[in-house]
Amino acid sequence: MKVLVAVKRVVDYNVKVRAKSDQSGVDLANVKMAMNPFCEIAVEEAVRLKEAGKVEEIVAVSVGPDAAQEQLRTALALGADRAILVRHEGESEPLGVAKVLHKLVEREQADMVLLGKQAIDDDNNQTGQMLAALMNRPQGTFISELNIDGEQVSITREVDGGLQKIRFQLPAVITVDLRLNEPRYASLPNIMKARQKPLDAVDPAELGVDLEPRLAVLKVTDPPVRQAGIVVETVADLVDKLRNEAKVI
Amino acid sequence: MEFDVLVVGAGPSGLAAAIRLRQLSLEAGVDLQVCVVEKGSEVGAHILSGAVFEPTALNELIPDWRDRDAPLRTAVSGDKIYFLTGQKSSIRAPGMFVPPAMHNSGNYIVSMGNVCRWLARQAEELGVMLFPGFAASEFLRGEDGAITGVATGDMGLSRSGEQKGNFVPGYHLKAKYTLLAEGCRGHLGKQLIREFDLDAEAQDPQHYGIGLKEVWEVAPERHQPGLVVHGAGWPLAGDATGGSFLYHAEDNQVYLGLIVDLSYSNPHRSPFQDFQLLKHHPLFAETLKGGRRLSYGARALVKGGLQSLPKMSAPGALLLGDDAGTLNAAKIKGNHVAMKSGMVAAEVVFEQLSGEAAAGADLTAYRERFLASWAGDELHRARNFAPAMHKWGTWLGSAFAFIDQKLLRGRAPFTLRDSLPDHATFRPASSSPPIDYPKPDGELSFDRLSSVFLSNTNHEEDQPCHLQLTDADIPIRDNLPKFDEPAQRYCPAGVYEVVRENGEAEPRFQINAQNCVHCKTCDIKDPAQNITWVVPEGGGGPNYPNM
Repeated sequence: MKVLVAVKRVVDYNVKVRAKSDQSGVDLANVKMAMNPFCEIAVEEAVRLKEAGKVEEIVAVSVGPDAAQEQLRTALALGADRAILVRHEGESEPLGVAKVLHKLVEREQADMVLLGKQAIDDDNNQTGQMLAALMNRPQGTFISELNIDGEQVSITREVDGGLQKIRFQLPAVITVDLRLNEPRYASLPNIMKARQKPLDAVDPAELGVDLEPRLAVLKVTDPPVRQAGIVVETVADLVDKLRNEAKVI
Repeated sequence: MEFDVLVVGAGPSGLAAAIRLRQLSLEAGVDLQVCVVEKGSEVGAHILSGAVFEPTALNELIPDWRDRDAPLRTAVSGDKIYFLTGQKSSIRAPGMFVPPAMHNSGNYIVSMGNVCRWLARQAEELGVMLFPGFAASEFLRGEDGAITGVATGDMGLSRSGEQKGNFVPGYHLKAKYTLLAEGCRGHLGKQLIREFDLDAEAQDPQHYGIGLKEVWEVAPERHQPGLVVHGAGWPLAGDATGGSFLYHAEDNQVYLGLIVDLSYSNPHRSPFQDFQLLKHHPLFAETLKGGRRLSYGARALVKGGLQSLPKMSAPGALLLGDDAGTLNAAKIKGNHVAMKSGMVAAEVVFEQLSGEAAAGADLTAYRERFLASWAGDELHRARNFAPAMHKWGTWLGSAFAFIDQKLLRGRAPFTLRDSLPDHATFRPASSSPPIDYPKPDGELSFDRLSSVFLSNTNHEEDQPCHLQLTDADIPIRDNLPKFDEPAQRYCPAGVYEVVRENGEAEPRFQINAQNCVHCKTCDIKDPAQNITWVVPEGGGGPNYPNM
């Protein structure tokens, strides 16, 4: 079985982002970038499936600038076999990425696509679902457990009311949630080996996909600053403030 | 894994050494395997420097740096020095009194983090193997005791030291020579100095400062790209010396900071709060008003100079840059000298490896050649600057510096000494005047935790504590009654707290290790020398952008 894993280059989760002063976007100058943590979980799951003998080949795919090769190399160091970078500068939107992945699934004849449930930069949570629609194949989203038995996939999903178990047939699209696994560290020897693994770069035009954004960003601003709290002297003060200032009672 | 040369730390000295080694090996047509390990999550993540950068060493290392888009974009256009005489007043030092070492024409205002990111790209292009996120944790030794490389730290250990599900043991990285370039008070460098008694011949103990820095975005009309402002005096007075800086960089950003010499003696002093207070001085406030703070960080720096410079080599290992202590205190610059030390080390090591001689030798020629270079001349001329400041304070010290640096050009027929180590300078808390720091106003000044937040510091929470106490009782039993446990105040990241919880009669010493910005001040200043900074899991610590 061949698995495609989508990997996105995002601002590292430790970095406190801030809006640019001209409100045109988030300031990314020299900030630390990393693989989206949910993508890391998807890569880890693919590697575990390969280690369990259920997957023969793992292809990591990213849509992004040349620098996204770093994240693909990380995926290769974690255990992916080869990588494809679809070159694109600037914002990438879920529909464009889903179309790219759709083309690559066809080209690679992949049986399964593993994605993070969402990327921590835009928090869209759409790419996997859009891809399943484009492929017209089953989707299992927000999964916390995955079992594969031949063509049959059983998953556990994290839904609002609790856990939902579903079974469906491959090929399929799966998006992973936080509790599925804990990703391993890339080992030093594997980081060195990853530098020799194949990494192809293609232009979206070769795939016949237009990645130009369809959304216009009007402005990006920092969230409002929270006002400091005060300590009230008496219960009467508190009631007074709740009634007359906060107007909640 | 085996390499020819292993460099610990991807700062200016380590990267310069790695680049020079590969340049030399490519010229000679040999394939020298050069590996650099860096504990930060990426190159530049742990770099904190002013910085006004003197390009002397870079001109030698990469003469065409301008064509390679090096991030030296803001040439110094103006240079001002002030004595801050009070919280609102200052006197500008007339140009004619300013020592030549303090002139900055030809220099650049840079983010050293970004310079290192650029140097790392140059290094990788030359074939250097660079591994960020891997912390060198201990030495490997040969049978004869020579250093034969380092072991990286284990990953995936729990707080109590048990292996977690994602445990990966550390690697043994072997090399013919190991270059230690960890910066000020590197934990392996410290170990090397102690084990091989490298400071035996140094005249004085090493001296340090803590540098606190912020990056601000200011209103365009208050921004003068290229302007360099230095200050001395307020809020440091009496027991403390140091200096402040305000550099106008590109993109409406200014870099500002305060360096407090760690020889201060009042345990009530809080360098962090001194820095916050400093920003209310009109010299700073006028520029910062209406701006916003983008980042914060702190790092200890080494300033003992020539009198404190240890032997810089041991069998199989060399000390580079501020891991040895090569900063030029008179110029208040260390980057160019650190780079030069890396380049000289690279040349000595390369010659050694090209000859018949074996690995693991004690390359004493390195220190000699370093001191014979322009860097050694600089350090010689700067040698009296820092001791004078400590001995006589800011005012008389500056008067002396004028004579020493301006009139004698550093060639005074005597050398000043400063023989008291920085951890031994505290006076008892009871006999030291309390310092009443104002509350932060949230516009110019801030509290510690909201500051640490901006350093993007993170450590995996469930891991062994990387701040080790030799005797767990000392903080409460000794330091608290004698010095009101100064760790609570000298730590710029709020790592150390003395907590008295409800119902608990006895206070408790709490270490919030995940806040640590890797500045190493605790390792230096603890009066009992009871705190040892060791490397946490690789990739932990601050993630400074543009520092």
